[in-house]
Amino acid sequence: MPVKVIIPTPLRQYTAKKDAVELDAKTVGEALATLTTQYADLRRHLFNEEGKIRSFVNVYLNDEDIRYLQREQTPLHENDVLSIVPSIAGGSLLRGNCSGPETGPTDR
Amino acid sequence: MALQLNRDHLEAIRDHGRRDYPTECCGILLGHAKGDHKQVVEVIALKNLRREPEKARELLPVADPDRETERNRFLIDPRDQLRIEKGARAKGLEVVGYYHSHPDHPAQPSSYDREHAWPWYSYVIVSVQDADPKEVNSWVLAADRSRFEPEAIQLANSPHPHAAPVHLSEHSESNGL
Repeated sequence: MPVKVIIPTPLRQYTAKKDAVELDAKTVGEALATLTTQYADLRRHLFNEEGKIRSFVNVYLNDEDIRYLQREQTPLHENDVLSIVPSIAGGSLLRGNCSGPETGPTDR
Repeated sequence: MALQLNRDHLEAIRDHGRRDYPTECCGILLGHAKGDHKQVVEVIALKNLRREPEKARELLPVADPDRETERNRFLIDPRDQLRIEKGARAKGLEVVGYYHSHPDHPAQPSSYDREHAWPWYSYVIVSVQDADPKEVNSWVLAADRSRFEPEAIQLANSPHPHAAPVHLSEHSESNGL
């Protein structure tokens, strides 16, 4: 099935600056596999070491979060649009942690 | 590397921080990007999804639910992002960054901010002390994710927009309040 994958700006450096990639796939998992085969540097940004979609990455099929569909097994239909939506999260220090703001590397 | 916005944009961010205090506020910055120079055209305030803890945790779990609340964490609803990005594309704009507030903390990124950051985007932080918005800083994640680099904020209606960039503080913006 020909489908379109929308690439968010921070990841376009790994897709030759393309904001959308068209490819053929029968499921969401197949589409992401094809995408990351085509653009190998994208893989580590979308998948963790176990090959699962990273928790900071949301994938939407048209207007639905694939978490509430059949995740990677969700079937695709012609002209579906898959959107990779980066999780935008953050926050200040936890109360009770008085080590001050941190802008450098941690020992993580 | 610079983020250009006007006084209304800056005021919208500060005002949102004041309005939502002591909760963290958040929103999207839409505009144009050329190289590493970004120009903000529109500031859109969004709901902090951490106000709905269960829903937020389904999307992005927290390590310590008792201590990680809407007062020190924010999460943008990806459906809001999707909707706004679609609208932005139709208007020829793109998402150039995001803003959030640090209630009773400095406008500097935390390690949590860094762990959750994406490259390229501008991350604008407003410090809000006792419901009073203070300094506003912008940051961009370093390519190796080791730290945030400060990004100059340029005021679009400044008489010398290309003058040496400075970080804005409450002093430089006192007329705007």
